[in-house]
Amino acid sequence: MSAGHSHPLHRPGDTPVHRLPAQVKIVAAIATALCVVSTPRDQYWAFGLYLVLLSAIWVVARIPPGWLAKRALIEAPFVVLTFVLPFIAGGPEVHVLGVAVSEHGLLTGWNILVKGTLGVLTSLTLAATTSPGELIVGLQRLRVPTMVVTIATLMLRYLEVIAAEARRMRLARISRGHDPRFLWQAGATARGVGTLFIRSYERGERVHLAMVSRGWVGAMPDHSTPARGIAWLSGLALPGLAAVVLGVALWP
Amino acid sequence: MPHAVEIDTATPPPALKVERLAFAYPDGHQALYGVDLQVAAGERVAVLGPNGAGKTTLVLHLNGVLSGQGVVEVAGLPVVKPNLREIRRRVGIVFQDPDDQLFMPTVREDVAFGPANFGVRGSDLDARVARALADVGMAEHADRSPMHLSGGQRRRIALATVLACDPEILVLDEPSANLEPRARRELAEVLLTLGRTMLMVTHDLPYALQLCPRSVLIDDGVIVADGPTRELLADEELLAAHRLELPFGFRLG
Ligand SMILES: Nc1ncnc2c1ncn2[C@@H]1O[C@H](COP(=O)(O)OP(=O)(O)OP(=O)(O)O)[C@@H](O)[C@H]1O
Ligand SMILES: [Mg+2]
Repeated sequence: MSAGHSHPLHRPGDTPVHRLPAQVKIVAAIATALCVVSTPRDQYWAFGLYLVLLSAIWVVARIPPGWLAKRALIEAPFVVLTFVLPFIAGGPEVHVLGVAVSEHGLLTGWNILVKGTLGVLTSLTLAATTSPGELIVGLQRLRVPTMVVTIATLMLRYLEVIAAEARRMRLARISRGHDPRFLWQAGATARGVGTLFIRSYERGERVHLAMVSRGWVGAMPDHSTPARGIAWLSGLALPGLAAVVLGVALWP
Repeated sequence: MPHAVEIDTATPPPALKVERLAFAYPDGHQALYGVDLQVAAGERVAVLGPNGAGKTTLVLHLNGVLSGQGVVEVAGLPVVKPNLREIRRRVGIVFQDPDDQLFMPTVREDVAFGPANFGVRGSDLDARVARALADVGMAEHADRSPMHLSGGQRRRIALATVLACDPEILVLDEPSANLEPRARRELAEVLLTLGRTMLMVTHDLPYALQLCPRSVLIDDGVIVADGPTRELLADEELLAAHRLELPFGFRLG
């Protein structure tokens, strides 16, 4: 199996999770995330169960926890917020380790932290097991409007264009003795960003022309066969179980 | 004038007809000043000219990616909006920079992109992809990422992405640039065996001589010479006037 584009969020593999049709996985991820956010914040055990369910997927898809943890760092701002909220929110106070904090803030922080983390982990699981191209085809199969799919396709391609262009320009700079470690040389990097924008724009346009020349009219060629019932059944096992957990959590 | 035009049904329309084509880029730069060109079916024509002459600009008009003033027709079908899909099926353009052309995660998917857009599916599609990759000698790289290949390999894949569309007219923008001598020769062999109408932009004059019996010379957005490649290349004054040079030591044998 080739590495494909070394996309930072995708982890190529050949597990049952990887093989599931993209549209099934997209629906499953959204449904799971919906279950998570609908769970009352004080049903602590429910969140634990969601995590267990997700871990089961990681085992099947062979995604190491460390790999996920590194990428889950994008939610760091939420974590900070969680630790700040108990001190800035008003309302009744409780004592934690001898410090008076707002009970309301504490619960709000927990709510954001746990739901945010589970949401990020769910999306990461989807991204890790589904290549960007498959995601686009999945969106198409879910009858997402062509315009949205087109924008997503171009954004994906342009992100790569920009990254490649940035790499090339950096190489060109350091080959000519530019060492960005020195502060007084940061200017060249900054000017480079402006050029990068223009170059990426122009290359992006040429890429678009080349796609159009090969008959592209806004939809990616779709080689996958339609998802069969069995794929939907196995794919929706996760949100199904999550829904059960949610149901129990909501039970009066 | 009812008698002026006599439609001759016996001769088919030229594979490519360009008449009084003029084009200015949005920034106001006039790149083409009235280009006239006819290419018969099965002909192989080299497009020569110095940097900035307007060669790439001309090429981009042939499948309606750019549209200027004047007429462009492909086998009698005018290059206008309603016909674009059919035009793009007929005219395959291999771009000057393979990085502009390749964008799918694997070589195989990239080669399949064009024919899939034109409605080829299933085993037909697989056969097309395999055939195109074999034609350019890249079959064993089908599952790699185009981004991880060398410049010359990428150029071959770029050619395969267009061959897979099975176009009637093949338009190549500097196909031999960045190729090792052997790959350059093999590419020539591939192009000769295709037996397709071909328009090839090149700075590689010996290559033009080898592949194309006829050449047109563009400078400053107009065609300044059109004739048998050998005669054109033998005209030293003409070449010098348009910044063209035969490589050192090359003799027209
Ligand atoms: N996107 C653009 N915007 C404005 N001007 C352009 C653009 N692309 C090309 N030009 C100008 O149009 C003229 C013709 O360019 P073109 O790319 O067709 O040249 P070319 O004959 O292909 O040259 P080369 O041999 O270097 O590839 C040049 O003067 C160029 O500067
Ligand atoms: Mg050019």
